[in-house]
Amino acid sequence: MRILLGVGGSDESRQALHRTVERAVLAGDELTVAILAEVTEDRSVDDIESEVNTVLEENGLDADVRRIEGNAGSELVSIAEAEGFDRISLSGGTTSPMGKIQLTSTAEFVLLNSHVSVTLIR
Amino acid sequence: MSSNRRFPDTVTGPFDGPPVRFTDRAEREIEIRAYDGSDREYERLASMYDEFDPADRAQGIPPSDERRIREWLDNILNGDCLNVIAWDGDTAAGHATLVPDGDASELAIFVLQAYQEAGIGTHLIQALLGYGAESGVEKVWLTVERWNQPAVGLYKKIGFEISDSESFEMEMTIRIGGDDDGDGGDDGGDDGGDGD
Repeated sequence: MRILLGVGGSDESRQALHRTVERAVLAGDELTVAILAEVTEDRSVDDIESEVNTVLEENGLDADVRRIEGNAGSELVSIAEAEGFDRISLSGGTTSPMGKIQLTSTAEFVLLNSHVSVTLIR
Repeated sequence: MSSNRRFPDTVTGPFDGPPVRFTDRAEREIEIRAYDGSDREYERLASMYDEFDPADRAQGIPPSDERRIREWLDNILNGDCLNVIAWDGDTAAGHATLVPDGDASELAIFVLQAYQEAGIGTHLIQALLGYGAESGVEKVWLTVERWNQPAVGLYKKIGFEISDSESFEMEMTIRIGGDDDGDGGDDGGDDGGDGD
């Protein structure tokens, strides 16, 4: 399966990266990692990219890594649809102090607009 | 995140803090008390959430299995959070909690199905807001599913205002303490409780 994984700077994104890479190794997925410059939190794109490369190396997975400028949600959907990806994966949101699950605006946009299947990782 | 959340300028209240006693619409004697930190109350609250109808979950809470319920309770029953419980004798009928979030607090409330639509939710929130104001909480926010009109109506009746309706969940806020913006407008009815 061809998977487009969107990652930003959050802890949830980091968890999504690890889970998706591990699954790709097991399932033989063809993975593209899109680093979303719009949602890096307080980290730099370089910092996130080097972490992505480290995780890929540790798991022995070859993957295309790209930097995506502009609106994170719409760019993910456009790329997935234009390039024939089977699935968009991204972190499934954050949790409030109370523990309530909250969708990020990126996840919300992707869910509502994508014609490609979406996996939210929890 | 919390830094750009909008809160009303005007203080709502005062609300009476716990303990609060009343007869609900099904003629049950209900007492709302602050959580006392005991194992006994903890276990009764865990039992309430064990019985909770999954259809009444909101954004993943309460969790549905016992281990996760206890992890979640450990998080919100700790020292920094404020909790009130509605008791029907020894049965926990409802629970409301304020969890600190920067300079504000997040509120949530749960009423066991058999005790819903009896006025318990209104009393629980009012008692919790009274407890919060007594404890120095000034700003409170919550999220609610936009289709849950009974809940939205309840929060509005108490004084919450919609602060963000652009996401899946509607966000509502209320101010229960602190100075109003500006200096002229003490429109509250009492002395403002700037106390001890």
